[in-house]
Amino acid sequence: MRTLPKIEEIARGVLAGDRRSIARAITTIENNSPKAQELIASIFPHTGNAHVIGLTGPPGSGKSTLIDKIIREYRRKGKTVGVIAVDPTSPFTGGAFLGDRIRMQELSTDQGVFIRSMATRNYLGGIAKATKNAAKVLDAAGKDVVIVETVGAGQSEVEIIKVAQTIVVLFAPGLGDEIQAIKAGIMEIADIFVVNKADRANADKAVMDIQAMLQLNNKEKMWKPPVLKTTALTGEGVPQLIEKIGEHRLFLEKDFERKRSREKAEAELVEAIKEKVASSIIEELKREGKLEEFLQKILEKKMDPASIAEKLLNKKFKKQVQK
Amino acid sequence: MSDKGKINEIAKERERWEKTTLPKWIRQSPERKSEFRNHSGTLIKRVYTPEDIKDLDYMRDLGFPGEYPFTRGVHATMHRGRLWTMRQFSGYGTAEQTNQRFKYLLKEGETGLSIAFDYPSIRGYDSDHPFSKGEVGICGVAVSSLKDMEVLLNGIPLDKVTTSMTINGPAAMLLAMYMAVGNKQGVPRERLGGTTQNDVLKEFFAQKLIIFPPKPSLKLVTDIVEYCTKHVPRWNPISVSGYHIREAGGNAVQELAFTLYDGITYVESCLERGMKVDEFAPRLSFFFAAHNDLFEEIAKFRAARRIWAKTMKERFHAKNPRSMWMRMHVQTAGFTLTAQQPLNNITRVTIQALSAVLAGTQSLHTNSFDEALALPSEEAVRIALRTQQIIAHESGVANTIDPLAGSYYVENLTNEMEKRTMEYFRKLDDMGGAIPAIEKGFFQKEIADSAYEYQKEVDEKRRILVGVNDYTTEEKQPIKVLRVDPKVEEEQVASLHKLKRERDNRKVNEMLEKLHHAAEKDENLMPIIIDAVRAYATIGEICDVLRKIYGEYKELIVI
Amino acid sequence: MQNQRKIRVLIAKPGLDSHDRGAKIIARALRDAGMEVIYTGLKQTPEQIVETALQEDVDVIGLSILSGAHKTLFPIIMELLKQKGLTDVLVVAGGIIPEEDVPEMKKLGIKEIFGPGTRTDKIVHFVFENVPKRI
Repeated sequence: MRTLPKIEEIARGVLAGDRRSIARAITTIENNSPKAQELIASIFPHTGNAHVIGLTGPPGSGKSTLIDKIIREYRRKGKTVGVIAVDPTSPFTGGAFLGDRIRMQELSTDQGVFIRSMATRNYLGGIAKATKNAAKVLDAAGKDVVIVETVGAGQSEVEIIKVAQTIVVLFAPGLGDEIQAIKAGIMEIADIFVVNKADRANADKAVMDIQAMLQLNNKEKMWKPPVLKTTALTGEGVPQLIEKIGEHRLFLEKDFERKRSREKAEAELVEAIKEKVASSIIEELKREGKLEEFLQKILEKKMDPASIAEKLLNKKFKKQVQK
Repeated sequence: MSDKGKINEIAKERERWEKTTLPKWIRQSPERKSEFRNHSGTLIKRVYTPEDIKDLDYMRDLGFPGEYPFTRGVHATMHRGRLWTMRQFSGYGTAEQTNQRFKYLLKEGETGLSIAFDYPSIRGYDSDHPFSKGEVGICGVAVSSLKDMEVLLNGIPLDKVTTSMTINGPAAMLLAMYMAVGNKQGVPRERLGGTTQNDVLKEFFAQKLIIFPPKPSLKLVTDIVEYCTKHVPRWNPISVSGYHIREAGGNAVQELAFTLYDGITYVESCLERGMKVDEFAPRLSFFFAAHNDLFEEIAKFRAARRIWAKTMKERFHAKNPRSMWMRMHVQTAGFTLTAQQPLNNITRVTIQALSAVLAGTQSLHTNSFDEALALPSEEAVRIALRTQQIIAHESGVANTIDPLAGSYYVENLTNEMEKRTMEYFRKLDDMGGAIPAIEKGFFQKEIADSAYEYQKEVDEKRRILVGVNDYTTEEKQPIKVLRVDPKVEEEQVASLHKLKRERDNRKVNEMLEKLHHAAEKDENLMPIIIDAVRAYATIGEICDVLRKIYGEYKELIVI
Repeated sequence: MQNQRKIRVLIAKPGLDSHDRGAKIIARALRDAGMEVIYTGLKQTPEQIVETALQEDVDVIGLSILSGAHKTLFPIIMELLKQKGLTDVLVVAGGIIPEEDVPEMKKLGIKEIFGPGTRTDKIVHFVFENVPKRI
């Protein structure tokens, strides 16, 4: 039997930086248990200090090796780091193989570093929320930097990486048409591009290709995404990358970026409301044994989902008003 | 009647047989399976006829032993002239204990040495490194310095005995030590014979004893080939290995294709260095596994020889026939040994050894029956050696060369394996070569899938492992297993500390400094490593210098 | 909305042993059985294994070792788990561990040792049956 301590205790532990509490807190969030909300509510006031960095790139780009070097560079500067490595859950088996931390394993015993692997668990939108909240836990626990890592393919990966404030997109030359392979969504939101394995012959060409692509997508951006070169195996280029990430953070603190933060906060609030309302109404329908009836209406094309939602909401609000 | 005519006749007769004679047999007793496939996925026919080798051209595809394409053997007299070297992989505990085991085996009739180093040594750590705790001398012999090597080879005449060393990352260091011991015995490096495995490519996806990243690892391999080509002409600087690919779960075709492609990559690396193909190619050697499927293994070895000969001639334009020889060492497959009813392993090893002999190997190691449980006991290793000797002297199979040639089945299978290997070559060429393929996880995925498939077959009893998933017994056969004395670690560490106190540490540091500079400048590191080793610098110290410059590498995991 | 509880397993290879065929097969089998499997690759120290188990909040640890170094490494791992308060995690082991060492390993708190030739589904089943329930 594994008895979990009370949520208050876990929250306290997180704020004190206790590693076991951090781990348990993230599990609570992953499982989306009823206590998860209570936990987030407790720690939310203590968030906002960490710089959340998203790092994504195709398989073979050297992501994990680069993260290992990034962490070391931050540690050299006396910063503490949290890492969330996200991997896909198999839609067939429901299981997941979480192997990203292998290349950062040496850092696992550094008490200033916390590495956690998370699986997408395939519930729509859920992983982005879980990742965001896990990042909040690490933030509240006092980490200066939180790195969210994911593979740059698939729609949910774009959602995951958006939880970050600074998004770094990684390429490696010679992997094939990798620039085309990266989801368009990622290219749009990237703040920094990195060409890894810079010691390769075609590294410079890759840099030029990306720069050319950026010219094409010439939106009026206040922040012009730089294209950097690194050699993750030796660590070359990493200090410069850290510097650029730091520059981006400063940029974010400026006025026009505050507007973006407000937009993000509003989006988060809308999400939270949606989820709460939906789950409360569905739970109620289940309790009253009425869910099947509405599902049948949809399947038999008698009523569309949006109309059903409106009907249910009107009923609910009318009930509230009448009270 | 023309040949084609004869084949058509046979085809007609076969069809008749299938329509008339065969069906009654199948009705009476249906075949054991609806289809028979070997683990590489080849469909095995009920019966093979001349139809199955109708395109076989004797001179083009087989030739005579000792002549291109060497399918029938690399030497004209093969085992009639000289039996294969009976070379038992050994090592455990201290250098002294292993030295005793070497002498025992030589006395019992083994004809070459093969050194098994312990994990710390293979991984480039000294016996007193934190990582070495609990591992010293357990899986092989602990060698941290030249002093250990001197004890290990004490009383072994290096001008008369050839030695194979299973060592990859630290290969340069161990070779340097071997040369230093030879030197002390008065045997110049030109007369030393043996092999260093020195095959880093397969480490990245099979044996996993990785130290440095791919590029510098390949550079070190090439350094050793370059050095040996000039100064140690009787040494085989690389033993391009498929054994580990097989043990990791690859099937026979994957073993064949990936090993040979690694060989191609080494040749390319040496050519890039500026060496001429005929200078170094004659000393490239190979190492394969021998598994249970007797005929598939024989076909594999024959295909290997032919493919390599063709590759050296057509892809690399070698002129010297010796550059086209594929000389091989074979080890019976460790993975097939069972912990349950261990004496059954003697039978397995016999079948496996037979395949290697029938296929014309140059050198053979037979596993001991207790190796699924521990390192071999003296009795077990003696039986393993006797197995080879019985095959050599009592079975008659070594009295003619390539006896399976002309077999409709074996020739068909040999052709099939060659075809599938060439398909892999094309795929790997398209990927840009072995290193890009490693980075993409190509080999790893192929091997992991094959391993998983094999396990499923065993779990579902589609593949029978006698004593494991069928024909099991409850009572355990008590056998005494070899246990390495825990005091070995203590002794080894104490001896290492004593060495470090008593050697000229100033000289050692000087050597390590020089090594650092040479490595930064990308020079051939063999000469400086030889000097460092002679000053009693340890494996760990030398590897640490290189780790700083090349970085350490973590494998790509594909399950 | 739903409870997405999954069994989280750490597959670890302590020490310098580089035979990972079995560990990878088990990792895959457990994943195919719906579990989240963290595999940390080769050359793990006891400290790294325990720290990983803690950070990943795993329910199960599977130790794979074929080098014979289990006699030294397993006691260290089990002691560290105790120190970090991770005594409620299911620990199993596999590889080449002689019969005569099994009682000693079990006394350390390793629930079961799976020798060579064990069916994969037997191991998966054992994990399902013995994974500690969270409350």
